[in-house]
Amino acid sequence: MTQKIAIQVDDLTVAYNYKPVLWDIDLVIPEGVLMAIVGPNGAGKSTLIKAILGIIEPIAGSVTIYGKPYKKQRKLVAYVPQKGSVDWDFPTTALDVVMMGTYGSLGWIKRPGQKQKKAALEALEKVGMLSFKSRQISQLSGGQQQRIFLARALVQNASIYFMDEPFQGVDASTEIAIINILKELRKAGKTVVVVHHDLQTVPEYFDWVTFLNVKKIATGAVKDIFNDDNLTKTYGINYKVAVNK
Amino acid sequence: MSITEYFNLLFTDYTLRTISLGTAVLGAICGMLGSFAVLRKQSLLGDAISHAALPGIAIAFLITGAKDTNILLLGALVSGLIGAFWIRGMISKTHLKSDTALGLVLSLFFGFGMLLLTYIQKQPNANQAGLDKYLFGQAATLVESDVLLMVLVTAIALVVVLLFWKEFKLLLFDSDYANTLGFNTKFIDILITFFIVLAIVIGLQTVGVVLMSAMLLAPAAAARQWTSSLAVMVFLAALIGAFSGVFGTAISASQDNLSTGPVIVLVASFFVVVSFVFSPTRGLLFKQIRLIKNRRDLQLKKTLQFMYGIAQTHENIDHPHTIRILNNFQGFTKKSLRKMEENQWILLNKQQWSLTLKGFTEAQNLFNQQTQHE
Repeated sequence: MTQKIAIQVDDLTVAYNYKPVLWDIDLVIPEGVLMAIVGPNGAGKSTLIKAILGIIEPIAGSVTIYGKPYKKQRKLVAYVPQKGSVDWDFPTTALDVVMMGTYGSLGWIKRPGQKQKKAALEALEKVGMLSFKSRQISQLSGGQQQRIFLARALVQNASIYFMDEPFQGVDASTEIAIINILKELRKAGKTVVVVHHDLQTVPEYFDWVTFLNVKKIATGAVKDIFNDDNLTKTYGINYKVAVNK
Repeated sequence: MSITEYFNLLFTDYTLRTISLGTAVLGAICGMLGSFAVLRKQSLLGDAISHAALPGIAIAFLITGAKDTNILLLGALVSGLIGAFWIRGMISKTHLKSDTALGLVLSLFFGFGMLLLTYIQKQPNANQAGLDKYLFGQAATLVESDVLLMVLVTAIALVVVLLFWKEFKLLLFDSDYANTLGFNTKFIDILITFFIVLAIVIGLQTVGVVLMSAMLLAPAAAARQWTSSLAVMVFLAALIGAFSGVFGTAISASQDNLSTGPVIVLVASFFVVVSFVFSPTRGLLFKQIRLIKNRRDLQLKKTLQFMYGIAQTHENIDHPHTIRILNNFQGFTKKSLRKMEENQWILLNKQQWSLTLKGFTEAQNLFNQQTQHE
């Protein structure tokens, strides 16, 4: 394969207080893959994404995006945080939240205009939420909130997407809608990294996978490395029993 | 003096006009910036900061020996800022929860401030009297230069809020995301905190250390009830704050021995109570009314469905049945039967009822309707 490298992580180590949460992570993610990060609770999956995005300061290590430091490549990267990380009772509308995706390209002080609004409406349409554009965000269901977050990232028109558990607490129809959008992104040559919990759907949804449990256990194509051996190493219990194939 | 007299005097009396303008401007800036504090769930930050300002006032007096308001407020600003950033540091560097950090800073600074105030009062110096007005505030001491300062600070705060509106909103809603977009969230956070401290400091003379946080919270909490837009909320909070200032001043000026600060706070709290009860969407009253109405509605429909079940056992739907048949079903009363007749779902004839065609189709579609409403 002569794929370009989209994301390269070297020696990344993160600790809260004394306990390391991520230990010496090396990771190379090729361009155009749809990758799941899997691992047990407390394995540092969300932390890995946050450290790559500079939300959490790592103790050591570096992150490069297409060969340059992340800080110089921010515009190429979009982030979908966990739905539960914000207060949905905040006084604003669905459209307004999606518009926030345009703020990065606008920079300081400049206000969003018609162009930004048009982009936001298009993104809402893509996630099937156009008719909810004026809806108060507190009136949206969990699945709808997740779609709004996805739309906000789509507006950024990035090359790389990081998503923190986008399927958590959403119904089946939203899950299918989201995975279809992710697959479309991959088709368009984008790289998508998803923190994922449901092991059963990994082979169906993703083509690339990273096993993580504080240390990196394995990373590569799903067809090559998504096996009982790695699952057992990651989760510490025999997965032949847990995942019925 | 009656309230109407007050409003007449407002246009003629210089002192009263100065004080009213001062409290109005103060209410406006507090409402505006208080909205941000409330939405950041930092409601108590204002309380801690205002208490933290007290030692600054005392120290400024001890150093200069003069009671110049601007110098005292400068002292308040410095110690308020120290308190605010101490809280920030404590929360980010230690494992203390924010309420603990706020409580610690509040009591530590306030205790120290009180200590200094008592020390100052024991001094053989006639100049020291009146520093304790910063505890509960004394609007009557406002002079034109004080009000000018308030107007200036408010104008600057307004410009900053308008300029950084987008950044403020982003930080309030999702600060991690703001970070990934390349915004320096620390800077935005410090900017907001700085202006909140500034608003508190200029209010100390009028409302005082103890009640100052209410000026920040009450208008914002009231405004939140009426709107679901951040811009409207901030504007409304400023308006409620300003109105509370003027109205509180009016009440306190028209009665003897009513000190202005507490009255302003009470007026603002009145707005909170009214808003929590009467707001059409979030208010308790209309929520309760809607709840009761919905339950009645559902009960009525359940009864209809029960009747539908009975009517289905007969060939013609309008076959009359005795009301007694409904007895083992508790969801009906005479009133609800009459209501159903009004809806033309049933016909009542003495002790008998029969389903109409309208009632029959209504019952048929009941379940579909109910789920569609969701």
